[in-house]
Amino acid sequence: MSELRPDLSIIQQWIRPESEILDLGCGEGELLSYLKNEKNVHGYGLEINPEKLTACIRNGVNVIEQNLDNGLGNFEDQSIDTVVMTQALQAVQRPDELLDEMLRIGKEAIVTFPNFGYWKTRFYLLLKGRMPMSDTLPYNWYDTPNIHMCTFRDFEILCREKGIRILNKTVVDDQHREHWSIRLWPAMLGEIAVYHITRR
Amino acid sequence: MPDVIPENSVGLITPKVQHFDTPLTLRSGRVLEQYDLIYETYGELNADRSNAVLICHALSGDHHAAGYHSMDDKKPGWWDTCIGPGKPIDTNKFFVVSLNNLGGCSGSTGPVSINPETGKAYGPDFPIMAVRDWVNSQARLADVLGIDVWAAVVGGSLGGMQVLRWSIQFPERLKHAVVIASAPKLSAQNIAFNEVARQAIAKDPDFHDGWYQEKGTLPKAGLMQARMLGHLTYLSDDAMRQKFGRELREGKLNFSFAPEFQVESYLHYQGEKFSTRFDANTYMLMTKALDYFDPARDHDNDLRKCLSQAKCRFLVVSFTTDWRFAPARSEEIVNALIHADKDVSYACIESDNGHDAFLLPIPRYLDIFHAYMEGVAARSFGGKS
Repeated sequence: MSELRPDLSIIQQWIRPESEILDLGCGEGELLSYLKNEKNVHGYGLEINPEKLTACIRNGVNVIEQNLDNGLGNFEDQSIDTVVMTQALQAVQRPDELLDEMLRIGKEAIVTFPNFGYWKTRFYLLLKGRMPMSDTLPYNWYDTPNIHMCTFRDFEILCREKGIRILNKTVVDDQHREHWSIRLWPAMLGEIAVYHITRR
Repeated sequence: MPDVIPENSVGLITPKVQHFDTPLTLRSGRVLEQYDLIYETYGELNADRSNAVLICHALSGDHHAAGYHSMDDKKPGWWDTCIGPGKPIDTNKFFVVSLNNLGGCSGSTGPVSINPETGKAYGPDFPIMAVRDWVNSQARLADVLGIDVWAAVVGGSLGGMQVLRWSIQFPERLKHAVVIASAPKLSAQNIAFNEVARQAIAKDPDFHDGWYQEKGTLPKAGLMQARMLGHLTYLSDDAMRQKFGRELREGKLNFSFAPEFQVESYLHYQGEKFSTRFDANTYMLMTKALDYFDPARDHDNDLRKCLSQAKCRFLVVSFTTDWRFAPARSEEIVNALIHADKDVSYACIESDNGHDAFLLPIPRYLDIFHAYMEGVAARSFGGKS
């Protein structure tokens, strides 16, 4: 399993062997499948896209058809070691409530989201006067599923307000690669954020 | 029956009958001293007997799940959409066993069979069966067929309840459980529907407290009413609107109480057809088994505790417009399995067809079922038969 998506290979480093994980918006189950094979992790994915859900089943991944916007009340407090959500925070109805839910269910959580403070995004709005579009954000303002865009600073302020502790963070480019230049000025140069958080 | 058998059919099938003379003690405390089970098989059992799949039937089902009995048959078995070469339960890979449950009326011992103690038909004296009794009898059939472990046990509705029961009663004897359009127990509303159906039968003057065979009558009217009620609860409001709307048989109102709307004549037809093929005592008994099913009851009403006994992997499927076995009921099973840390996948399929959807060729349903069964094959015997 060397072909793991770059963002997933960052995430997997923060997940302990033999642990229990929940992947919100698990896609075709790549991460779960990798973690099961490589780290003997047990877990479930939630997904609502029919094709992706079928792919999970084909890949032998536990997948539950469940819409994140309808809540996660069926999962018990602190029943999961790590709750993962990649590239979905900005697309849910209430990201703040979902973060609370993730840390109610999970001892730790890992979240990735696109940085609206990325320099190209800032310049797009500044120079064109239009809602930014890019490879990471390919939608028009009216049909985008990304209804709650935020910057790294926004996210960290929300975490502080909620008493959420940031265990690790990494900032990557649109190919999910870590790069020395990004580290110089992550809030401006990072395109995608990967945060490892807890409330403990 | 078409002139030629379709390529993806299991073809012409001859049922087999297995006699058992080891007494079977039932949940009710009564004992069946001896009994027959009628069953069909499709596909070939592989050398290490690892590719067997058991089909559990629902209320009005029987052993004839796929293929045809003769070239004169109008229709194939009741689950032909899902069983056959290249279908979700692929008979090129799996050895499929489908039986008629005890208390049935299609060849297994039931109310219409002769009670060896009295020399007459059991009639209403046939013991009321519980789901666990069926599972015990199915396990004995597995013993006879040399199947120690099922690759999968599969069923919809009341069949799904048997699958759940298998998973906790013989956890070592199945690797996968497929539970479709089912529930961990019936709701009060569901029991109420069953009681109305039973009353319709019981109040038919031809029922004679279940001794109609001796009296030479048949409670056709009661059975027909029961089926009409059942049938309309298996459909959704949308499905009925689409299928019948308010269409009139003769295009105009006749101001009579004879069936005028298409939906009325459809229900009459379904009820009529059923009342001639099905046994009223069997219908009473099957609905009771449905009502009684509540495996969590033995575990402080805690479904998680109950299902924590299971060792197999689960697939649970529900359908959006199924209000008789609603998605929320399947989700109770799914959540209990998650809380018990079991391997489970769940899909809720968009469909207008109500509870009946589990028998229909809905593309997404068949895709998911197929994908899961491929995994069953891969994990149970490396995928090749």
